[in-house]
Amino acid sequence: MQRIIDFILRYRTFILFLFLLFLSLILTVRSHSYHRSKFFNSANWISGVVYNSRDNITSYFKLKEENTFLLEENNRLRHLLFNRPFTDSVAIDSSEVGYEILPARIIKNSYAQSENYLTINKGYSHGISQDMGVITSTGILGIVEHSTKNYSAIQSVLNTKSNINAKIQNTNHFGSLTWNTDRYDVVQLEDIPRLVTLTVGDTIVTGAMSSIFPEGVPIGVVMDFKLETSASFYTINVGLFNDMTNLSTAYVITNLSKTEIEELESNIADEQE
Amino acid sequence: MNRNNIYIGIRFILLILAQVLIFNDLNFYGFINPMVYIMFLFWYPIKENRVIFLLLSFLLGLIIDMFSDTTAIHAAATVSIAYFRAPMMRFVFGINYEFQSFRLEQTSMVQQLTFLTLLILAHHTIFFTLEIFSFAHSGLILKKLMLTGLGTLVLCFLLRALFSREKQ
Repeated sequence: MQRIIDFILRYRTFILFLFLLFLSLILTVRSHSYHRSKFFNSANWISGVVYNSRDNITSYFKLKEENTFLLEENNRLRHLLFNRPFTDSVAIDSSEVGYEILPARIIKNSYAQSENYLTINKGYSHGISQDMGVITSTGILGIVEHSTKNYSAIQSVLNTKSNINAKIQNTNHFGSLTWNTDRYDVVQLEDIPRLVTLTVGDTIVTGAMSSIFPEGVPIGVVMDFKLETSASFYTINVGLFNDMTNLSTAYVITNLSKTEIEELESNIADEQE
Repeated sequence: MNRNNIYIGIRFILLILAQVLIFNDLNFYGFINPMVYIMFLFWYPIKENRVIFLLLSFLLGLIIDMFSDTTAIHAAATVSIAYFRAPMMRFVFGINYEFQSFRLEQTSMVQQLTFLTLLILAHHTIFFTLEIFSFAHSGLILKKLMLTGLGTLVLCFLLRALFSREKQ
């Protein structure tokens, strides 16, 4: 017994090193499954407070630019409003509202890693929960992965784990959106069958297959595509509408019928078993 | 609490803040974010308890991880170089670094640069291997390692010149 204790005391730094290394590797490997460790993300209050106070200062320097963005967006929305088909009544029945939108500020952004996350200054006390969609005025941004009381971590589309349902605008050919870490302004669209005719410049929007995003949120345009003779699917590079390096505000989308859809889907899954 | 411990504490906090608020957003050349918090391990006193040093390094890495959403990759890399710091010092400064009178400021600039390079090289190799986590992308690992490593080295060397105590 004495010798065992002696042994441990003698190699205590080495044992501690192995233990800490093992601990960090476990935390890392475990996070490669779908949802990451609850504690080690930037949505906790320490980093939330630090990033929020930085945002309070730096946001002043971007005010002019942001005003231009808002003006453009207002312009676009007004255009839609004035040119909509004439109706003599406005629906105010709340049961017909499908989505709720919540504005938020992006207080931390990253795009240089292979798994990028953003942090926004709204959390579950504002009604945000896991798997809500996040967009900006120009296009898609990501999906809420974890939220604390006042902050949420968002899995960016620039994340190798990201997998979003997308389709070619005005068709029903859908595929999934992934990222190969090469460029921060280009994502990949997979699983589009070879019988589809594609042209460079086609718009890619979100598909109707998921309950996270509404159908038709803009994503980007087809930059180039490849079709190998033996392959039955295209490999498509999509240039994003969003400038992922310069983000300040975002909208979080709540799908009000999501629980209903998920219930239905789980019922089907149960029956299939 | 003596003066040294207070210095270490202040350095710990300032390096974390500098890393997460400034250097994580640098994105020079698209992806180069120098990891200047390695300077904590460069400046940490040699004669202190190694167990506490390991724990502090682990905590430093974990806090950086928390801020930059990288799970525990920084922690793994930092704790590894903290453990291997002693062999690296023995390699660079020779056996006399174990003597009571040894001070980092008294060594030559080339020796300090070599020591720093070794720390950064080991740290970045572990970090990027874990980040990308597959050998299919070894080209990408090498590119990120080289360029980010160079960026870290330059900035750390500047920091060293700015904040290290003068030669006596």
